[in-house]
Amino acid sequence: MERASKKSFIKIQNRYGWFFVSFALVLLGIFLIYPILNSLYLSTTSTKGIVQKSVGLTNYVKLFKDQMFLTALKNTFIFFIIQVPIMLLLALALASILNDKSIKLRGVFRTAIFLPAVTSLVAYTVLFKMMFSLDGFINTILMNLHIIKDPIPWLMHPFWARVTVIIAMTWRWTGYNMVFYLSGLQNIPDEIYEAAEIDGASKLQQFFHITLPMLKPIIVFTSIMSTIGTLQLFDEPMNLSQGGVTGSTTGPGNSLLTMSVYIYNLCFKFMPNFGYAATVSYVVVFIVATLSIIQFRLAGERK
Amino acid sequence: MKTKKIITRAFVYAFLIAAFVVSVFPFYWMLAGMTNNAIDVIKGKMTFGGQMINNLKVLITSHNLTGVLANSFKVSIATVIGTLLVSSMAAYGFEVYESKGRNRSYAIILLSMMVPFAALMIPLFRLIVRFGLLDNHLALIVTSLASVFLIFFFRQSFKSFPREIIQAARVDGAGEIRIFFSIVVPSMKSTYAAAAIYAFMTSWNAYLWPLIILQTDKQKTITLLISSMSSAYFPEYGVIMAAIVVATLPIIILFFALQSYFVQGMTGSVKQ
Repeated sequence: MERASKKSFIKIQNRYGWFFVSFALVLLGIFLIYPILNSLYLSTTSTKGIVQKSVGLTNYVKLFKDQMFLTALKNTFIFFIIQVPIMLLLALALASILNDKSIKLRGVFRTAIFLPAVTSLVAYTVLFKMMFSLDGFINTILMNLHIIKDPIPWLMHPFWARVTVIIAMTWRWTGYNMVFYLSGLQNIPDEIYEAAEIDGASKLQQFFHITLPMLKPIIVFTSIMSTIGTLQLFDEPMNLSQGGVTGSTTGPGNSLLTMSVYIYNLCFKFMPNFGYAATVSYVVVFIVATLSIIQFRLAGERK
Repeated sequence: MKTKKIITRAFVYAFLIAAFVVSVFPFYWMLAGMTNNAIDVIKGKMTFGGQMINNLKVLITSHNLTGVLANSFKVSIATVIGTLLVSSMAAYGFEVYESKGRNRSYAIILLSMMVPFAALMIPLFRLIVRFGLLDNHLALIVTSLASVFLIFFFRQSFKSFPREIIQAARVDGAGEIRIFFSIVVPSMKSTYAAAAIYAFMTSWNAYLWPLIILQTDKQKTITLLISSMSSAYFPEYGVIMAAIVVATLPIIILFFALQSYFVQGMTGSVKQ
């Protein structure tokens, strides 16, 4: 009797468990898992118009000779290596300052610094494009303050165009990351800091020996999130460059051409080659996976 | 010692005030810009002008603002309702029932969150073409109904839901589906609010996927409108500013009305 009821309990668990997840599983199967696998298959084919033929790994070999791809790879890495550390350090500094209860108006500062994170990527990018125009707001201010003599060609010079993207992204995402750190800092008991204070540790020492190690899991989380975000960078370069989607290059001398923009171009701007575009997209997958593993290892996390 | 402390304090506040100004100023400039004409905006004028009504008029008459906003609201609201239902049900199924194979399928789903959208884009686009949903809002809604992030988010919250309540309801003879909809959902309002904000923002601000799917002006969403206006041959900067304000306003209102849920919705997954 008991055995029978246990059996039917398991059956009910099974049936309802699958019922509740079934809608999501079907949708994810069609719109997530299938595309991921199909994309892997596509990466071994070549499509020109409607003709599709298998080419094995030729696409992957072709990558190394493709100047556009190499430019996109280089640009994406420049943004990743420079922007992510600057932003995360700023976020960390702001969070540890705002976690100090003796700071006045903490709530106001926190809200204000988080505010950029509510803007849409396209809206803020277009806003920055206007602010950084040649005789625009930023140049006017810098010239009035006598920091520069001549206007900086923000969006017309490859170097400055990249700087603009980095400034813009830092504006948009610093407060967002700061909130993660703040919630992490709240979990560190005050007693640890008090004990350190008694032992005569300076604020800076406390930061390096208490705050940083305790926040490690969240730092790893935010840096992986930022890695994924940066490698998918699309809205900003597309909307900062002259002519946007229809422009002849992405940024001056393709200085803003990123992997995602290149994939988009391969599919919808040039003569469509879905197979080769899928190959480039799998390079992104590979890089994200590798960088995530490296970041986990660097942090010494086991999970 | 004491003077040193005062100096560091001064530096800390200077840093905070600088961060404050840099963060908030673009919002002020966006509001000022919407009241100026194109030349004033691009020359960086910082004060308010008298062009607001005119800019809004142009936005409504020659850029079909009402239609565009209706599209954005339609897609975002449908997405929010759909994804809250589908994702929270899935999370509940994963968390509460010990069905066979649930851990494995959950792990696969979570892993797929690491795959960037660029890698799905092409097969997804071809799928939509095959379904005949190109240039159709349904293509935006149906692909975002099951959100891996939200399933994860909901599951984290369901972990803290007391199992005794579910057991008690079972003893009272309530069906499994009724337990979920009339006991669990109503008692998790703040989780749903946070998830709704996340889903709304993601949908409202989406750019790449709508750019691929929506091809006619009639179907355009607000992000697509801003993007195409700014890449025009002669951009009407004042009007663009007005469009940016219109696009940002709903989220800002949501933010100030539901601030605590907001932060939870965007960061909730890492909190224990």
